Amino acid sequence: MNEVIIHIDQLAKKYKDADYYAMQALDLTIHKNEIFGMLGPNGAGKTTLISMLCGLLKPTSGSFEIDHLTYQKNRKQIQYLIGVVPQEYALYPTLTAYENLMYFGSMYGIRSDDLKKRIDKSLSELGLTKFSNKRIKTFSGGMKRRVNLIAGILHQPKILFLDEPTVGVDVQSKNVIIQHLKQLNKKGTTIVYTSHHMIEAQELCTEVVIIDHGKIVVKGAPNNLIKSVENAINLEDVYLELTGGELRDYA
Amino acid sequence: MATYKEFLLLKRDFGGLIILFLMPLVLVITITIIQESTAQQIFNSKLSVLLIDNDKDELSQSIISNLDQNKLLKVVDQIDGVVIDEKKANDLVLQGEYKLAIVIPEGLTKNLNTKVSQNVSRVLEQFELNEEKQIEDKLVDTQQIKLYFDPALQNSIKNAIKSSIDNMVSKIETQSIYKAFKDELEIEEVAFDNKEFVSFLEINPQKNNVEIKPNSVQHNVPAWTLFAIFFIIVPLSINMVKEKNQGTFVRLKTNPISYITILGGKVLVYLSVCLIQFALMLMVGLYLFPYLGLPNFEVNGSYLLLFLVAIFSGLSAIGIGILIGTIADTQEQSAPFGATLVVILAAVGGVWIPVFAMPKMMQIFAQISPMNWGLNCFYDVIIRDNRFMQILPELLLLGLFFVGMMAISIYYDKAKNRV
Repeated sequence: MNEVIIHIDQLAKKYKDADYYAMQALDLTIHKNEIFGMLGPNGAGKTTLISMLCGLLKPTSGSFEIDHLTYQKNRKQIQYLIGVVPQEYALYPTLTAYENLMYFGSMYGIRSDDLKKRIDKSLSELGLTKFSNKRIKTFSGGMKRRVNLIAGILHQPKILFLDEPTVGVDVQSKNVIIQHLKQLNKKGTTIVYTSHHMIEAQELCTEVVIIDHGKIVVKGAPNNLIKSVENAINLEDVYLELTGGELRDYA
Repeated sequence: MATYKEFLLLKRDFGGLIILFLMPLVLVITITIIQESTAQQIFNSKLSVLLIDNDKDELSQSIISNLDQNKLLKVVDQIDGVVIDEKKANDLVLQGEYKLAIVIPEGLTKNLNTKVSQNVSRVLEQFELNEEKQIEDKLVDTQQIKLYFDPALQNSIKNAIKSSIDNMVSKIETQSIYKAFKDELEIEEVAFDNKEFVSFLEINPQKNNVEIKPNSVQHNVPAWTLFAIFFIIVPLSINMVKEKNQGTFVRLKTNPISYITILGGKVLVYLSVCLIQFALMLMVGLYLFPYLGLPNFEVNGSYLLLFLVAIFSGLSAIGIGILIGTIADTQEQSAPFGATLVVILAAVGGVWIPVFAMPKMMQIFAQISPMNWGLNCFYDVIIRDNRFMQILPELLLLGLFFVGMMAISIYYDKAKNRV
C-alpha cells in the first residue's frame, strides 16, 4: 500500500447556530495515488469535509495533515500541493476561458510561456481549444465544468480535490472529465472527490467512503463493498442498503 | 495579472463603465446649473405677495410703495377685482397658491405717529424746547404686521423675506422719527439725509497681490467631484461581493496568494477610475461650463496638487469600498449601505451645508470625515492656492484612513477564514 498522504484525526465541525455536528469526530486516511471517493446523501458532510481539507473551513475540533503538513504551520506549501475544483463554476463569466485560466494559473507563479503551453494542452485534451477565446457566460454547463477543472490543475498539484465535478453535465462532458481524471491519476495525482453518482464512483474510484450524518458508515474498495452486501450488484445498492431510503432534507 | 483581470472585468461591463464615468458628469453639471439658475431665478423673478391693508393711511401706503420697489416681490391686493381679507389670504397661502401674505393692522400709521411724537416730545422736553406743548400720555401698544407663509416655503427664503420686510419697516420708522422732529421743531428747510450711513464693502483676501474671489463653480466642482469619487464605494463593494457569490473567491482563497495581492489589483484599477472621473469633471468645469453660461472654473493652485488630492481622496473612498466588500455577504447588503454611507459622508463632510453651520455634534463628526478632509484639501488648492506643505496634514489623514481601512479588511478576512 502507498504511503499516507492525508491523515485525518477526530475531525469535527459544528456550524455556528446549528444544533447538530455536520462532521463528527472523523478518522480517515487517504493514500498516495488513490482516487478516493466521498459518497453520501445531501447534508451528509462531504462538502464540509472537503472544505476543511482545502483550508476553507475551520474545524471545530480534531486535526488533519496533508502530506505531513498542517494549515496552521504550512498554509502556503499546502496551497501549492493541492488543486481545488469547487462545486460552483468558480470562473469570471465576462472573461474568456483563456483569460480565466491565465489569471488563476498566474497565482502559482508559473512562467507565462509555460503557463500558456499548459493551458493550450489542457484545453485541447478537454475539447475546448476552439472556444478558448469565448467568454465563459456563453458556455454550456458541461463546458464550464471542464474549464473549472482545468483551473484547478494548471499548477500540476500533487492532490486534487473535486467537489461534485460532474454535477449537471451531459454524458459526453462527464465522460471527458472522468477520462481526464484517470489520466491525471496515472501521472501520479491523488484525487479526492465527492459525488452523488454511484456508478461513476464505482468506475472511477480505487477507494470510497460512505458518509452519513457526519460519520463514516463504511470505507473500502468499491468491489469489496459490493461483495460485502448481500444481493448488491453495484455501489448504489450498497449505498441504499447502508444509508437507508428516507429523504435527507436539512435546513 | 490581478490588475489586468480587474481591468478586463470593468472593461467588459460597458453599462457599468458608462454609469461610472457619465453619471458623475451629469451630477456635477446638473447640480451646478440648478444652483446657479436658482440664484438667478430668485433675483430675476418676482414673488407675488398678498397684501391686506387695514391701515389705509400714510404708513401702509409707504409700505406698499416700498414693496412695489422691491425687486423680489410683487404686491397683490385684489383678486378678480375683489379686495382680499385676512381669512381669504390665509386660505390661499395655506393652499400654496401664494407664498406670502402681509396683513397691515388697522391704525398702524396713527399709532406709530403717536408713539414717535411721544418719544420726540420727551426728548425735546429734556432740552426745554417745547415747554408749552402737552405730551399726550396715551399708551400705545407694539404694532404687529402679520406675515402668513406657505408652510412648504424653505426657511432660507422665509428668513430672507422676513429680513427684507424688517429692514424696510425700520427705514420707514426712522423716516417717521425724522419727520416728527421736523414737525415738532417747525422747520421746513432743514433736510435730513435719510441715506444709510453705514454700508458694507466686501474685500476679497489677496495672495501674492492677486485677489482671491471664489465663484459658485469653484465651490461646486470640487464638492460634487468628491461626492462622485466616493461613489466608487458602491461598484467596488459589489465587485467583491460578486466574487464571493460566483465562487471565484473560494478558488482565490485556496490559491497561494495573499489577500493583499487580490486587493492590490482592485486598488490600482479603481484608483485609475477615480482619476479618470476626476479628469473628466475637471475638463467639464474648465471647458464645458463657460458654454453653458456658468462661471469659469478657475484653479488658483497647482494642477499637480489637485491630482494628488484626487489620488488620496480616491484611496480613502476605495478603502471604505474594500471594507464593505470584505464584510458584506450579499449585494443587498453592500449596495444600499454603500450608497447611503456616501450620502451621509457628504452631508457630514460639508458638501451641502458648510461645516461651521452644522450643530456642534455634527461639527465633531465632520472633523473625522474623509470627505471633509478631501473637500478642505481641494479648496486649499483651488481657491486658496496653498502649497504642498500646507495640504500635507490633510493628505496624510486621507492616506492613513486608507491604510486603516485596508488593515481592518485584511484582519477581518484573516479572522474569518482562519483554519
